[in-house]
Amino acid sequence: MMTTIDIPNFRMSPVVDQVGVEERVARFTTRSIKKSSKLQALKLALNMIDLTTLEGKDTSGKVKQMCYKAAHMCDQLQDIPTVAAVCVYPNHVRTAKTALTGTGIKVASVATAFPSGNTTREVKLSDVRFAVDEGADEIDMVISRGEFLEGNYSFVFDEISSIKEVCGSSRLKVILETGELSTLDNIRRASDIAIYAGADFIKTSTGKIQPAATMPVTLVMLQAIKDYYYKTGKIVGMKPAGGISSSKLAIHYLVMVHETLGDKWLTNEWFRFGASSLANDILMQIAKEKYGTYQGKDYFSND
Amino acid sequence: MNKTKTSEQPDTSLNFFNDWKYAPAPESKDHIQLKKQYGLFINGEFVPPTSKKYFDTINPATEEKLAEIAEADEKDVDLAVNAAAKAYNNVWKKMPGKERAKYIYRIARMIQERAREFAVIETMDGGKPIRESRDIDVPLAANHFFYYAGWADKLNYAFPNRNPQPLGVAGQIIPWNFPLLMAAWKIAPALATGNCVVLKPAETTSLTALKLAEIIAESGLPNGVVNIVTGFGKTGAAIVNHPKVNKVAFTGSTDVGKIIQKAIAGTSKRVTLELGGKAANIVFDDAPIDQAVEGIVNGIFFNQGHVCCAGSRLLVQEGVADIVIRKLKDRMETLIVGDPLDKNTDIGAINSKEQLLKIQEYIKIGINEGAELHQSSCSLPNKGFFCKPTLFLNTSQSHRLVQEEIFGPVLAVQTFRTVEEAIEKANNIPYGLSAGIWTDKGSKIFNLTTKMRAGVVWANTYNKFDPTSPFGGYKESGFGREGGLHGLLPYLSL
Repeated sequence: MMTTIDIPNFRMSPVVDQVGVEERVARFTTRSIKKSSKLQALKLALNMIDLTTLEGKDTSGKVKQMCYKAAHMCDQLQDIPTVAAVCVYPNHVRTAKTALTGTGIKVASVATAFPSGNTTREVKLSDVRFAVDEGADEIDMVISRGEFLEGNYSFVFDEISSIKEVCGSSRLKVILETGELSTLDNIRRASDIAIYAGADFIKTSTGKIQPAATMPVTLVMLQAIKDYYYKTGKIVGMKPAGGISSSKLAIHYLVMVHETLGDKWLTNEWFRFGASSLANDILMQIAKEKYGTYQGKDYFSND
Repeated sequence: MNKTKTSEQPDTSLNFFNDWKYAPAPESKDHIQLKKQYGLFINGEFVPPTSKKYFDTINPATEEKLAEIAEADEKDVDLAVNAAAKAYNNVWKKMPGKERAKYIYRIARMIQERAREFAVIETMDGGKPIRESRDIDVPLAANHFFYYAGWADKLNYAFPNRNPQPLGVAGQIIPWNFPLLMAAWKIAPALATGNCVVLKPAETTSLTALKLAEIIAESGLPNGVVNIVTGFGKTGAAIVNHPKVNKVAFTGSTDVGKIIQKAIAGTSKRVTLELGGKAANIVFDDAPIDQAVEGIVNGIFFNQGHVCCAGSRLLVQEGVADIVIRKLKDRMETLIVGDPLDKNTDIGAINSKEQLLKIQEYIKIGINEGAELHQSSCSLPNKGFFCKPTLFLNTSQSHRLVQEEIFGPVLAVQTFRTVEEAIEKANNIPYGLSAGIWTDKGSKIFNLTTKMRAGVVWANTYNKFDPTSPFGGYKESGFGREGGLHGLLPYLSL
């Protein structure tokens, strides 16, 4: 059955009251998550991580090592899930894909002239096409923030939908780079554009710009997802990325998802953390729940 | 844009009941000190009531007895008022403002030091969630003492060239919804302006006022400056009718407010009344909808709706009514109703069985009036007095649900079409305590604030309190202001 949806006027996107958002967010941080509730949340969060290396100095050696870590987060502890995906530049997709064969871990690739996105449509499309051809399961694209801030919403919309087309069956995550959009109203508007243009996920940041993911920004994006779901019944995923390095903060995010969108989103199919250093902090917390004491940083491998 | 219709509506349901549960986090009761029996606090010490009568105070969440409270009769009230009059004439009115301020500061600091104990007792005795007593009631109570301590030596600057003078003995009667906070609202400005106090807490929630009496005794405040007598309506009447009481301050129901005003007619007693309310929370179609939904929840479910300024009428513009109600219903599913001492709890226990019966009666009235009932699907504890968060949809101005104060977690939802209609509906009610306005447009806010016949108007927020801001009502919501510079006036002759 074919469904199409009315495209709204993005200039009329719902408005956001920053004070109200911050008050709501503060409430998520006071929920009590302890013992079995905490262990369950930690494993869930670990399973939602996109383990990432996005450096100029990336090599296939580095990527292979990270992929091994992704599948063997901490073999000393039992029942530890893998992460959801690894995220690499397009030229390392094939290496990652090979290294992860049989693990069920997805390979995501940033494309579209990540992180600035300042290039032509043709270059972006071919960047995406290359990553998809190399076997990327997921594409993390950046929007043209300059065009957005100039008010060229149609340009941004068309850009996303043309990239979505090239993605084929690979899932598309649209990075808004919220740190450059400045206001929550802009973030809401950019979320709506990305969602209606075909994003499978919306994502806060590249990690290259500060501030990256924050809870208020993520809440506004979750509310955009919710409004779209109310209208269409279609689930769009969410990926906060950058700056979430502690388990405690990750759990606050899970509480936020739990109370805003409910359990349909509490799976790595629809919620991800773009946060590499988070993984070892979670492992440290899981080990603490198991052994009763904290172990040093060197008891957890870095790859 | 092209558009095809689907034959079936898509599933857009949200589910908040997965297998990931928050961990119970009950606040410990080990550190609190409660006596088995409390006397009356008169002339700086706890004394047994001449009537020798005591009544039980219970925890509304468990129905367990917490302590026995003395019931003051006319003789006890007479002792208390005489103690206050003596302290006023001999000590307090002669004391320079900056010296009075030191005592008030000291009380504020001692409340802060014992904040945790106060919060736990407030929650046990009254049923409100610990999150609220800990984060709102107790800190605000301390802040009221801090704020009015600052005014004590500056009254001549507050009212230049007017020679402000205290009135004498203030008889103060407070309700059960914010027991400690209301005591602070009453006592702090009275002391700052040089008056002495006889205060009666509500019979279901005397404990924190009695703990405050312990602090006052410890603070070294001269004997008799503050007296706290416990009891029922008769005790309150004895205070109001006592000839040596110069000023009556009452917060409570409109019915009792009317009785008080009749009782003091023909006397020289001054009076302020802070009575009921039935506030309109008005959501326009250009409002930040998600934050407005939070404001609606905070407006009506804060303190189980036991709030005189609760946003108990939702006026929502027709263009956004469906989405607002949809979001509100989903949000209600995430509210945690249960043990008030648990830090996760959003909605605690109804203060008393009597109040629960009254709320249930109104729910029946609403159903009989044909309004559409919607309640959260949460389960309620087996013991104690609890009520599900409740909405009534499709109500009109003529429904009793819309006109009468329920004082519980029950919201009447009405729709409107234009700004004029919203103003008309908001004001077309015997009460006038508060209102809320939700819109992204500043000019609309300023237009409406001038048109609302309400003492407090919140814009894009709700239920925000601060000692520096005056609070009080119009019409049947009473008169006089508490808080801020305005809050000094009822305790002074100028």
